[in-house]
Amino acid sequence: MFIYVLAAILALTLSGYVIGQRRSLKLAGGEARSLHSRPGYYGAYVAAWVGIPSLILVLIWLLFQGPVIDALLLASLPDEKTANLSSAQVSLLISEIKQVSRGNIFGQPDQAILDAGVRYQNWRLIASWSMLTAAISLCLAGLVINRARIAPAFRARQRVEGVMTGFMIACSIAAILTTVGIVLSLLIEALRFFSLVSPLDFLFGLRWEPQIAMRADQSLGSGAFGAIPVFLGTLEIALFAMLVAIPIGLFTAIYLTEYAHPKFRAVIKPVVEILAGIPTVVYGFFAILIVAPAFKNFMNSIGIDAAPNSAFVAGAVMGIMIIPFISSLSDDAITAVPRSLRDGSYALGATQAETIMQILLPAALPGIMGGVLLAVSRAIGETMIVVMAAGIIATLTLNPLEPVTTVTVQIVTLLIGDTEFDSPKTLAAFALGLVLFTVTLCLNVIALRIVQKYRERYD
Amino acid sequence: MNERPNLNQAGFGNLAPAPKGLLARGDTSGRIRVVGRSVSVFYGEKQALIDVNIDILDKSVTAFIGPSGCGKSTFLRCLNRMNDFIDAARVTGSVEIDGVNIYDPEIDPVQLRARVGMVFQKPNPFPKSIYDNVAYGPRIHGLARTKSDMDEIVITSLEKAGLYKEVKDRILEAGTGLSGGQQQRLCIARAIAVNPEVILMDEPCSALDPIATARIEELIDELRQNFCIVIVTHSMQQAARVSQRTAFFHLGTLVEEGETSEIFTNPRQSRTQDYITGRFG
Repeated sequence: MFIYVLAAILALTLSGYVIGQRRSLKLAGGEARSLHSRPGYYGAYVAAWVGIPSLILVLIWLLFQGPVIDALLLASLPDEKTANLSSAQVSLLISEIKQVSRGNIFGQPDQAILDAGVRYQNWRLIASWSMLTAAISLCLAGLVINRARIAPAFRARQRVEGVMTGFMIACSIAAILTTVGIVLSLLIEALRFFSLVSPLDFLFGLRWEPQIAMRADQSLGSGAFGAIPVFLGTLEIALFAMLVAIPIGLFTAIYLTEYAHPKFRAVIKPVVEILAGIPTVVYGFFAILIVAPAFKNFMNSIGIDAAPNSAFVAGAVMGIMIIPFISSLSDDAITAVPRSLRDGSYALGATQAETIMQILLPAALPGIMGGVLLAVSRAIGETMIVVMAAGIIATLTLNPLEPVTTVTVQIVTLLIGDTEFDSPKTLAAFALGLVLFTVTLCLNVIALRIVQKYRERYD
Repeated sequence: MNERPNLNQAGFGNLAPAPKGLLARGDTSGRIRVVGRSVSVFYGEKQALIDVNIDILDKSVTAFIGPSGCGKSTFLRCLNRMNDFIDAARVTGSVEIDGVNIYDPEIDPVQLRARVGMVFQKPNPFPKSIYDNVAYGPRIHGLARTKSDMDEIVITSLEKAGLYKEVKDRILEAGTGLSGGQQQRLCIARAIAVNPEVILMDEPCSALDPIATARIEELIDELRQNFCIVIVTHSMQQAARVSQRTAFFHLGTLVEEGETSEIFTNPRQSRTQDYITGRFG
């Protein structure tokens, strides 16, 4: 039914456009220049008034139709059926009625339920038809009223542009609202967690053992939610990733922009960028099947014992994955430095290396910082490589040869499988998410400040 | 080479540099400084400059004039080997500065460019402070041992470029924040800070307003006392105002070269006459 309503609104909107356009041309005696706006704007004006109000009506209608019908159903049931029911039992009752109305009858439902099922069917039908009628009448009202407002002096273009501006504002607000929603949901769940586990224990505790006992007398039954090892692991792996990615990415960019032959650059640049397109799970294979054994053998051969899942291997492979973020953005930033600055430096007798170090890199720094930031947030948020290559046990260590775990990996493991949304084990995931979000937000703010400071000095 | 006057010792440290600088270079006045012989430039298959022979005098301003695409900028860029950065460009013939062919394989173009400064068409200050803009060249070439030496080089160069008074209170602010004319004078200060022998100017006033242009022209006239200056210009009035000698280029050839007054009043070639009287170009 919803599809038919949409189709009807769309058809009426289109005809509104044609009617508005024809009407304006007719009033102008076929002479489009005597109109205030071009005929298309009159059409668009009428179309906007036909389509937008009824679309909004339908959306609001759909939002309220379900709850209103449910409430009516509940009220129509005999009192003894609904008395003393918890909210979960009420929703069970209502879904039973809905199943009955669709013909899925299990067991022997009593007469009241069967009657309610029939009522539900009828009400839904009535609601749909009245929605269709209301939407179409709103369309037609908009069409008639606004067609009458068309006159050669009517400022249709400004109205249509106003509508477009409103649409764009709505779109940008949608992104903001989504962010606010995400933050709120994180915050609410995290607060529930912090009512079970003290924030101090969470933020400064040194043990992360989120298992909750199946039986009351089990050992380690209480679990430990000290997030320090998890965050330390995250930072350690991100650090190794950046140690690999920043030099390789930056020197790749410098070579490609300043030294490489254009033909070579045309081949190498896309090939490097392929690295960013490889699925992270493939990097995970690569890390665990090839890099980790090779690294372990190498370390053993020089007499050092290394775990098969090590922070170093996970970080290094992640670093390879984020090379293109740094090389590509640095490349763009360096290329964007004007030719005239290079010429000015060379004309003073500077060598190519001096020009790169003292003119190009400082001038390109904001762009390079942007690339590094993107890479850091990618490194902190990356999950798959770490799950496969670094492990899921939170060890409090700075040794790069030991397995560590990261925030994202812990969130995944906490939410996999049978989860209850009131145990601290599950809620801990939200607290971790909240802290991760705060950390990346702070990183971004700090980095933006740095970039701005340099802009002031270098622009 | 060994008689290269050392402006650093002669001029710097003296806030009124002209007399000492003049003395130091007195023996080179009117001397031929740059000699071009059979210079041709090819961009791929296309020949942009055909067999140019020219002598450029020290302590004077030589103007290169001619219609767009005539090869005057190309020849200018031969004098500090900036054409090396264009992959397809090939230079034949010889350019001698103080008797040394700068296209000799033993010559490092990087060192050469410290001796032959260049000012570009559009002001191109580095995105650094005014101080660092001027100090950039001296730092690279190690011209100052101490901070106070560097301060002196920077201040003297800015003074010579006629910019010091205007910027002395904001010498650590960005050079890009100056006006167009000030930026161009900053670029001139930057060029003379490395103590070059020759200064090349590629249409240095074409992006400036008339007042800033007049200021730069005065400056060029002052700098003439210490440097060998070559300027490419589209404005014949400018050539007449600032130069002692003028070279007219057309279609890649050097048509005529001589005293500026001679070229503008009594040219030997009909093509020169047609150009300066505005019949073409």
